[in-house]
Amino acid sequence: MAHISPTYKLLKIDEKSFLVFYLTNQGEEVYVSTLVKQREEKVKTRDAYGEVLPRIGEKDEDIVVLTADLAGSTRTKYFAEEFPERFFNVGITEANMMGMAAGLAMEGKKPFVSTFSIFATGKPWEQIRQTIAYQSAPVRIVATHAGLTVGEDGASHQILEDISLMRVLPNMKVIVPADSTQTKAVIERIGKDLSGPVYVRLARAGFPVVYEDCDFEIGKAEVLTEGSDLTIFATGLMVANSLDAADDLADQGISAEVVNVSTIKPLDVDTVLESVEKTGRALTVEEHNVIGGLGSAVSEVVSEGHPVPLKRVGVEDRFGESGPAYELIEHFGLTSDRIAEEGESLLDGEL
Amino acid sequence: MDTNTLQKKANKLRADVLQAVTNANSGHPGGALGMADVWTVLHYKYLNDRPDQPRWEDRDRFILSNGHTCPLLYAVLADKGYFDSSELDHLRELGALLQGHPSTAKGTPGVEFSSGSLGHGLSFSGGVALAGKLDGRTYKTYVSISDAECQEGQTWEAAGVASHKKLGNLCAIVDYNDSQIDGKVSEIQDVAPIKNKWESFGWNVIEIDGHDYNEIDGALQEFNESEDPDGLPTVIISHNVIGKGVSFMEGDYHWHHGVLTPEQLEQAFSELGVS
Repeated sequence: MAHISPTYKLLKIDEKSFLVFYLTNQGEEVYVSTLVKQREEKVKTRDAYGEVLPRIGEKDEDIVVLTADLAGSTRTKYFAEEFPERFFNVGITEANMMGMAAGLAMEGKKPFVSTFSIFATGKPWEQIRQTIAYQSAPVRIVATHAGLTVGEDGASHQILEDISLMRVLPNMKVIVPADSTQTKAVIERIGKDLSGPVYVRLARAGFPVVYEDCDFEIGKAEVLTEGSDLTIFATGLMVANSLDAADDLADQGISAEVVNVSTIKPLDVDTVLESVEKTGRALTVEEHNVIGGLGSAVSEVVSEGHPVPLKRVGVEDRFGESGPAYELIEHFGLTSDRIAEEGESLLDGEL
Repeated sequence: MDTNTLQKKANKLRADVLQAVTNANSGHPGGALGMADVWTVLHYKYLNDRPDQPRWEDRDRFILSNGHTCPLLYAVLADKGYFDSSELDHLRELGALLQGHPSTAKGTPGVEFSSGSLGHGLSFSGGVALAGKLDGRTYKTYVSISDAECQEGQTWEAAGVASHKKLGNLCAIVDYNDSQIDGKVSEIQDVAPIKNKWESFGWNVIEIDGHDYNEIDGALQEFNESEDPDGLPTVIISHNVIGKGVSFMEGDYHWHHGVLTPEQLEQAFSELGVS
């Protein structure tokens, strides 16, 4: 497997081996990921985070980890068990935690800060703006329990605004891994040197595994299935559902291209525009408010760069509610059936 | 430097603050004048730094949380040679090195922290002090905060964490001048009994008259000589007079921000003994 660069171009996806090949700047053919054939197994992205964090920590003593009384839920406890001297549970002081992380980062440490997404983005937003984003402090905000799939805890914990809140901050990068495999690649990447802060959105519930293995580079969107009739831009859990939707559409003779937009900021403008130039239609799908997230980000560049009919699928500017994770996904219309339906309607011109 | 020289230095810094704010035609001179004595002793007698190497790894860190008082920081940094003193003439101008509130984004030499939003500095300083301990460095971290910042919840989050994490290399200096924009701290939202609050949060508390050079020196010496990085963090509660050194500004919260007339500036310089 090769290390992907944002400038590489998609070459082909082998239908038998599920290997995704890219063309390097030098014209060399490299494979960067292998897709799972049957997306049946579900793994929690936070479990992947908890597993990989001590592994990068053992190689780099500058990595320190902070949490606000959620070591168990965020899985940072596994790092704590191996490296207690570099683990700081600061109690329920999220605003303070962000400030401390900024101080550590400005002194050359590589702080990973983890709590639930609502408490990592919503509660201390102004601290993040002033001391992390404004100072371009390379703090790694890795938050779990984002989105509807928090489940039973309900709307107070189901943040559907975090991508929007982080995306608007200058210097901030925003990453939403599609599954546990990509989560590991993301964490390994951001454990290396960064020029500024990054926000990574993880979840509580298990996500269908999409990648057998994969590489990750900040700012590279990855085409997972090629198509000619419409492009489905998806992020997070919605990547798996969009791949399922593309399979359903294929049965109806509709060719959908699925793009995993794992980096929402900086958005891979080239990949987005090249895809819509080819397909002429765009559907965005996210487990987030339709305002301010992936749908907005894609709409901005498509409307400016190559306007095509576009539809956003997400949570329609409302709060969540209690319920089992996947019942909520169904209730809020984020299933593969709904995605396929919306794709079809785009082709019918029923906007 | 003896006390007399330090006092003269403090008055020179006060004059620099007033001149810069007057040139800028906006800013916050009152608090800066009140803190000038404590800062002068700290910056000229205790702070271990190298103005020609602003990022020297072992420098003592000085973090300004109550960022609106930055004209005093700029005056100190200019006087020490971190940058040319002519920069003071361009405070708050478009493209200026000296922003209205301190900014690391502008790369101002000697500025450790972007402040301006109150209540953030103690948390940041906790991170800086913690990094020093992790790296086994002996630098000390000083942070200036205001009494009204003790109204901010985040200050107390940070205070609790700093003592629990045993940041004995951290020293907060509270500008207790009983003034904030809208009036007296004691009337708007009192922070008293401030000593008891810090003590109950697990800090070593030293209370001083911020214009008595023996008391200032004693407090800074006590912290500076504490060798235990795992000890209690120290807070120096400095009872300061807003506008100190200029008769018509002293004790008047209205000088939290404001600009002097040319006549007032002349009088101020005269009272400060600066030509």
